[in-house]
Amino acid sequence: MSVHPLLEKVRKAQLRADLPSFKPGDTVRVHVKIKEGDKERIQVFEGTVIARNRRVNQSTFVVRKLSFGTGVERIFPLHSPVIEKIEVMKSTQVRRSKLYYLRQLKGKAARLREDRFAEAEAVSTEN
Amino acid sequence: MVNGIIGKKIGMTQIFKEDGVVVPVTVIKAGPCVVVQRKTVAKDGYDAVQLGLVEFVSPKKVTKPMMGHFKKHGDVAPTRLLREVRLEGKSEELKVGDKILVDLFKPADLVDVVGTSRGRGFAGFVKRHHFRGGAATHGSMFHRAPGSIGASAFPSRVLKGMKAAGHMGTERVTARNLQVVQVDVENHLLLVRGAVPGHPGTVVMIRRCKRR
Repeated sequence: MSVHPLLEKVRKAQLRADLPSFKPGDTVRVHVKIKEGDKERIQVFEGTVIARNRRVNQSTFVVRKLSFGTGVERIFPLHSPVIEKIEVMKSTQVRRSKLYYLRQLKGKAARLREDRFAEAEAVSTEN
Repeated sequence: MVNGIIGKKIGMTQIFKEDGVVVPVTVIKAGPCVVVQRKTVAKDGYDAVQLGLVEFVSPKKVTKPMMGHFKKHGDVAPTRLLREVRLEGKSEELKVGDKILVDLFKPADLVDVVGTSRGRGFAGFVKRHHFRGGAATHGSMFHRAPGSIGASAFPSRVLKGMKAAGHMGTERVTARNLQVVQVDVENHLLLVRGAVPGHPGTVVMIRRCKRR
């Protein structure tokens, strides 16, 4: 179904242009703004991107990390104003778009192969 | 001020608030509207304006009687859609030909949206009246049937008004007390929180909320 041009406009207006391109398998640091009373501080969530859901302004991505031996996953709305910035730390070569299989693995088995050409390929993963 | 405007539902999406909270919104193209006729207590017995939704109308499509109506009260360009809005205050300085835009609403205002619900055709009990129906499995022989619809020998008939299967939808529905999230005067867009009756493209009437 085609999207009404005005609806498209409303959706596009929500998008942020300041985010880096990243893909599943990448290790990212997500800087999240947290409000406590009237003070605002930044919390960093670092982990592996295991999925990206592309829905224009409703896009999300899932970051998984190990916290004291327990797997923790956070789903971030990609264009949320709560995200201060996203840093891409490392890229890896993966063969599927959703890395849910990592949930079953730990330790050595959960490693991902580093992508040596990540720097060279300037592929835009933006919409 | 007029308390209502004609619009067309465009579709739904979501909006981020500054604190990151996601708000589900319906996008409505509201107006621009033009006052086609001014009804007064003296002449019509009540105070109201007839609004027309300004959009392109082929002159060929306008019938002669309607052309006469547009000419009679003041020379405004013909519109396809007309709706009437009651006026509350007495000292209204509205004339025929006045433009009504979305800027009559501000963010955080509460509005009622009146529209025509989506047609469901001939719908059964479960969809139409939220009957629970029976179990699908485990040897159940009772699935989506209504159950008993009355007693036997007395009264020997089904009482009138019994809930039954039948046509559902395509009726006037009012979504009350929806919050205005954003107003875009330039594009004539109104973003209200939550869902609004009807398909995208449905004509809706947006008015200031009647009661909280």
